[in-house]
Amino acid sequence: MECQECHQRKATVHLTQVINGQKTEVHVCEHCAKDKGYMSYGEENFSLSNLLSGLFHSESPSTFKGKQAHTQQQTPQLQCPTCGMTYQEFARIGKFGCGNCYETFDERLNPVLRRVHSGNTTHDGKIPKREGGHLHLKRELDEHKSNLRQLIEQEEFEEAAKVRDKIRTLESQFHEGEDGEQ
Amino acid sequence: MSLQQFMNEALSPWMKQDGPDSDIVLSSRIRLARNFSSSPFPLIASDETLEKVLDFFKEEYKGQSFRDYKGFEIVQMNDLEPVEKRVLVEKHLISPHLAEKPKHSAALISENEQVSIMINEEDHIRLQLYFPGFQLDRALEQASQLDDWLEEKINYAFDEKRGYLTACPTNVGTGMRASVMMHLPALSMTQQINRMTPAINQLGLVVRGIYGEGSEALGNIYQISNQITLGKSEQDIVEDLHSVVKQLIDQERRAREALISRSGVQLEDRIFRSYGVLKHSRIIESKEAAKCLSDLRLGIDLKLIDHIPRTILNELMILTQPGFLQQYAKASLNPDERDVRRASLIRERLQLENEE
Repeated sequence: MECQECHQRKATVHLTQVINGQKTEVHVCEHCAKDKGYMSYGEENFSLSNLLSGLFHSESPSTFKGKQAHTQQQTPQLQCPTCGMTYQEFARIGKFGCGNCYETFDERLNPVLRRVHSGNTTHDGKIPKREGGHLHLKRELDEHKSNLRQLIEQEEFEEAAKVRDKIRTLESQFHEGEDGEQ
Repeated sequence: MSLQQFMNEALSPWMKQDGPDSDIVLSSRIRLARNFSSSPFPLIASDETLEKVLDFFKEEYKGQSFRDYKGFEIVQMNDLEPVEKRVLVEKHLISPHLAEKPKHSAALISENEQVSIMINEEDHIRLQLYFPGFQLDRALEQASQLDDWLEEKINYAFDEKRGYLTACPTNVGTGMRASVMMHLPALSMTQQINRMTPAINQLGLVVRGIYGEGSEALGNIYQISNQITLGKSEQDIVEDLHSVVKQLIDQERRAREALISRSGVQLEDRIFRSYGVLKHSRIIESKEAAKCLSDLRLGIDLKLIDHIPRTILNELMILTQPGFLQQYAKASLNPDERDVRRASLIRERLQLENEE
């Protein structure tokens, strides 16, 4: 079938419109479909967010099994205090309203994040330099602590004592940092 | 003046350089999504908030430089004609999504066009950095430094547990999308790529064509990128992508060798026929142009054709998109007119190479 607009290319986009009971069919090629506005640039994004919001919806019956009537009443109450986004709205569009939404909807996020990120729910990458200052210390501390455990298991006490001293210095720095922030 | 530069040349300055494995890998890209901690995300933010974010960037970064990335220029979406936005999308300097958001959205682009920082896209900040060829590690290192540079003045939305907070849950964590653009003609001709895609998907990576719709990849150009952004470090994500791309490169080289040894004349015939079509046709659709350009590029890589630079594929793939064609014609063109224009533009461009 040839495109009914340009009569040159093959029609690959087929649309059926029903307006007031009147049915019209459109057969056009990709070019003309874009030109005439039958297809839009953003379509891909749109379908992705649709797909995502589908994930959120499918979440509720399994998570709140048996309490469905309850859930439906509860859902509207969960609302982000910072931006006003409700959980329902979030589930519909599949997008957060602000950074604080993550905390507000926290307990419902894990199943969704697990699906999207192959089972992962917590961050294991970069920490911002300035803002995450005390987190850097914390990560370093955690590393030293696991190192210490290993050294003790291997009975390398001399080395372990050195690491323990390092941990003490870091810990005092860490607490100073926390006090400073408050 | 700078906008003129972004508009006129199909090839960004960095694209003209060769990188490692650039017979197969056209470019490597790192994209980071970041947000201001104190403002709602662009989707629901008020006009005032969006304006504040944009003004902040204009004030702090306009005309600034960071290391190799000099002379950052702000390009505001509401100053642009539709065709100009289209050209920037075709050059991959902005996303289609940004082009559709005229209000208070912009891109901060470095002179060499290697860095583009989109402002008020889906997130407040989308930083992207390109390198020619296969240079993911370098791209990650530099992108991270640019990120630190921005963080000196910006409080990012960051959470210890969830990482960098983004509007879409598919980006949360590292906020990073690493991708590699590859030309895989031999794997496509032999249908091998279709068999490899499911396996690659299982590793949390996505393979898709960047030109064309659905599963077909126009010009045999594919983009491989990570899907997962949470629970893995940036280095691990890049390493995984790196090892898959390395294997694809090896497979593509092997497939090319096999094609030459099994059907050398047929391959040569196909390449030179395509070259002929590009050189002489008067009407050419984008699909046919893409196929012929891919063949021509393969011919250059296999040293069957030696007087044309490799970059012709990237250049003409971009130059023959609807936006660029209309920018050159200085007029709006219907699809038929574009096909004629496309053919003449390709002929002229190839003629240029013959004269040199």
